[in-house]
Amino acid sequence: MQLLNKKPESLLDVKMHYCPGCGHGIIHRLVAEVMDELGIRARTIGVAPVGCAVFADTYFNCDMIQGPHGRGPAEATGIKRAKPGTIVFSYQGDGDLASIGMAEIVHAAIRSENITVIFVNNAIYGMTGGQMAPTTLMGQKATTCVDGRNAKQAGYPIKMCEMLATVDGATYLERTTVHNAPGVLKTKASLKKAFQNQIDGKGFSMVEVLSMCPTNWGTRLDNPSEATKFVAEGMLPVFPLGVYKDAQRN
Amino acid sequence: MAEKKLMKGNEALSEGAIRAGCRFFAGYPITPQNEIPEYMSWRLPQVGGAFVQAESEVSAINMVYGAGATGVRCMTSSSSPGISLKQEGISYAAGADLPIFIGNVMRGGPGLGNIAGAQGDYWQATRGGGHGDYRTFVMAPNSVTEMANFPHKCFEVSFKYRLPSMVLADGILGQMMEPVEFKHPEIDPSTLTEPDWALGVNNNRAKRIVKSYDLKEGGVEIMVNERVKRYRQIEAAETIYEEKMLEDAEIALVAYGISARVCVAAMKLAREKGLKVGLFRPITLWPFPKARLVELSKKMKHFLVVEMSLGQMVEDVQLALNGRSQLHLYAKPGASVITADEIYKAMDNIVKKGAKEYAAAK
Amino acid sequence: MYQGIKISGFGGQGVISAGYLLAQAGMMEGKEVSFFPAYGAEMRGGTANCSVVVASEEVTTPIVSTPDTAIVLNEPSLAKFEPSVKPGGLLIVNSSLVNSKPTRTDIKILFVPCNQVAGELGNGKVMNMVALGAFAAATGAITVDAIARALPKVYKKLKPEVIELNIKALKRGAEFK
Repeated sequence: MQLLNKKPESLLDVKMHYCPGCGHGIIHRLVAEVMDELGIRARTIGVAPVGCAVFADTYFNCDMIQGPHGRGPAEATGIKRAKPGTIVFSYQGDGDLASIGMAEIVHAAIRSENITVIFVNNAIYGMTGGQMAPTTLMGQKATTCVDGRNAKQAGYPIKMCEMLATVDGATYLERTTVHNAPGVLKTKASLKKAFQNQIDGKGFSMVEVLSMCPTNWGTRLDNPSEATKFVAEGMLPVFPLGVYKDAQRN
Repeated sequence: MAEKKLMKGNEALSEGAIRAGCRFFAGYPITPQNEIPEYMSWRLPQVGGAFVQAESEVSAINMVYGAGATGVRCMTSSSSPGISLKQEGISYAAGADLPIFIGNVMRGGPGLGNIAGAQGDYWQATRGGGHGDYRTFVMAPNSVTEMANFPHKCFEVSFKYRLPSMVLADGILGQMMEPVEFKHPEIDPSTLTEPDWALGVNNNRAKRIVKSYDLKEGGVEIMVNERVKRYRQIEAAETIYEEKMLEDAEIALVAYGISARVCVAAMKLAREKGLKVGLFRPITLWPFPKARLVELSKKMKHFLVVEMSLGQMVEDVQLALNGRSQLHLYAKPGASVITADEIYKAMDNIVKKGAKEYAAAK
Repeated sequence: MYQGIKISGFGGQGVISAGYLLAQAGMMEGKEVSFFPAYGAEMRGGTANCSVVVASEEVTTPIVSTPDTAIVLNEPSLAKFEPSVKPGGLLIVNSSLVNSKPTRTDIKILFVPCNQVAGELGNGKVMNMVALGAFAAATGAITVDAIARALPKVYKKLKPEVIELNIKALKRGAEFK
C-alpha cells in the first residue's frame, strides 16, 4: 500500500474546535503544508489572533504567540525585528484585522514589515456569535444588524486588498477562496509565495482568503454546501479574487 | 571614576536601559518623554538593536509584547495618556509572564491634562492599570543618576520573576539635567542565557507558546496563584526604600520621586528652624515598603505624605500605619509644583497647631 | 555655597542654553549642579525660563521656586520672577529691554544692558553671555573662566572665533558686578 497523503508535520495531531464546514481547518492545513514544503517549521513563529482562530497557537507545530485583539501585525513586527532570523506569520480574521486591528495592519504594510499575513475573511464575527463584521455584505443579516446591513446605519464592506494596494510598502497582496477545490489549490500557491517573499526579504505580504462560516451565517446557510454557495454568489462579486499587488523588490 | 556627564533624565533612562542589555524599543511621540524614542532611534542601531516608531502607543506595547516573547530585553516608553493606551498590552504581558520594561514619564491628567511633571499615575502603576489580577514591578527614581541605573534593576527583577516592570518618573525628572553616574557594569546580551520559554529558532525542540489565556475551568486561577507566589517573593526580596534623618525625627515626610527631592529641601529648612524632620522615600512603589513603615509607626508620632497628585500613595501609607501614628497629607494635583516652603508650613501646622489628620480632613 | 538660579526671557534669547552652560561649567568646576528647563508649549515663541542650581553641597530640589538669583532678560520676566527672589538675593535685570523698575528693597539689584553690550561687541546673540558674566562676578558662585571652558562642551559646533566672542561677552558682563 502506498501512502498518498499525510498530515503535515507543521500541524499537530490534535482535535480542532472548528465547526463543520468552517474554512479555518482547510486554511490551517494549507499554511502547515507550505511550512513543511519550504522547510521553515523550526524557525517559524506564528501569531494567533483573537477570534475563532485564537486556538491556532495549539494547532500549529511551531512556536506560537497569542496576544490582544487586532494587534497581530504589531506583535509580528516586534518578533521579526528582535529575531530577524525567524519566519513570522500573523493569522487573523476580519474583525481582528479589518476592524479593531486596522491601524496595525495598515502600518505594518506601510513599513513593508517583512512578515506574512493570512487574512481569513468570512464576513462575520464567529467567536462572539455572529455580529456584523467590517466585511459583512450589504443586506447580510447578523446579530447586530438583524434586518441586514444597511449603508445608512453601518456603511459598506471594506475591501482590504484593494485598500492596501494603495500602500507603497505592501509587496504582495492576493485574494483567494477556499470554497471550492481550485480555490484551495490556488490559496496554497499564494500562501507559498507569501512565505517565500519573506524568506527572500521582500517585505509585507498578505493573502486574503474568503472562507465559510455556516454556523453564524444564519439558518438558511446552516449547512456546508449552502455556505460554499454564499461565498460563490454573495462574496465573490463584492470581493473579486486576484492579485492586487506584486511589487518587484530587491 | 570616569568623567561625569551632564545628561537629561530621559536620555539617562534610555542609555541606562541599553547598558542593561535592552536591544529592542518601540514607542510613539508624546511630551515630556520624546527624548527617549529620539535617543533610542540612533543609539540602538549602534549596539545591534532595533528601534521602531510605532503608529500608536497601542501598537508600540504590542511590538514589545512580541519582542519580549523572544526573550530579548525590550522596552517601550510613554507619558500618562500614552501609558493608558498601553494598559491592554501590559495586562497581556503580565498574563503571559513576559519581562518587558516600560518607562512612564508622568504628566498632568486626567485626559489631555498638561505636559508638566506630575505624579497622578501612582494608582495606575501600582494597581496594575489594565484589567485582571496582576502586579507590575514599579521603581520611582528621584535623580538623573537613578533614571540611568534603575533600568538595570527592572530588567533583573523582570527576568528573574517574569513580570513587566516600570520606571515611574515625571516630566521634571525626564527633562532635567544632572551629572550622571552609571553604576552597573554594561551587560552584553549575547552573554545572557536564553530563557527556556523564549520563542525563536527552535532546532526541533518542542514548540513553545506565549499566551495569557486558559479556558479550562480553574485554569486562570492556577495561573494567577502561581504568579502570586512570585509576587510574595518579590515583596520579600526586592522592596527598596531610602531613609534620611529619621533617627531623632518627630515627623516623617513620606514622598517618592521628584516630590522627595523637594522634601529634602523642606527638611533642611525645617531643621534650621528647629523642627525634627526626617524623610522616608519608597523607591519601589510596588512592592510598597509597608513593613518598614509599620516598624517606624511604632515610634514616629507624625507622618506627612507629600505627593503631586490628589492623594494616592497616602492610601498605601494609611494601610501600613493602620492608625498607629498620626497621618497627614500635603497633595497638589494637576502638575503644579510643590515648594519646600509649603511643605515646611504644613509641618509647622501639624506640630504647632495640631492640624487635622488625613482621615479627619477627608 | 548654594545658588538656586532662575533665568528667564523671550524664546530665542538663549535662556535655555545659558542655563545648560552654567550647569556644565559648575560640574566641570567640581560643584554639584542641576538644570531644569521649562519645556513644551512654553518653548514655542513665548517666554522661556529655566532653573539652575550650582552648589558646594548636594542639590536638594532642581526646581528653583525661590531663587537666590533671578536673571530677567525681558519685561514680562521681571513681573513674573521679581517677587520670588529670596530676601537678600540678587536680581539681574537686562536694562536694554526692561523698562519697568523693580520695586523690591530687600534684594540686591544689578542693571546690565545686555543687548547694548552685545551690540557693541558686534553680535546681539551673545547678550545671554553678558548676563552670565555679570552673574559670575556678582555672586562668585562660578568663575568666568569655568564658563568659558564649558562653552565648547555645550556649543559643539561653534567656530573658535565665535567662542572667543562669547568669552569677550562674558568678560564684559563681569564688569557690571
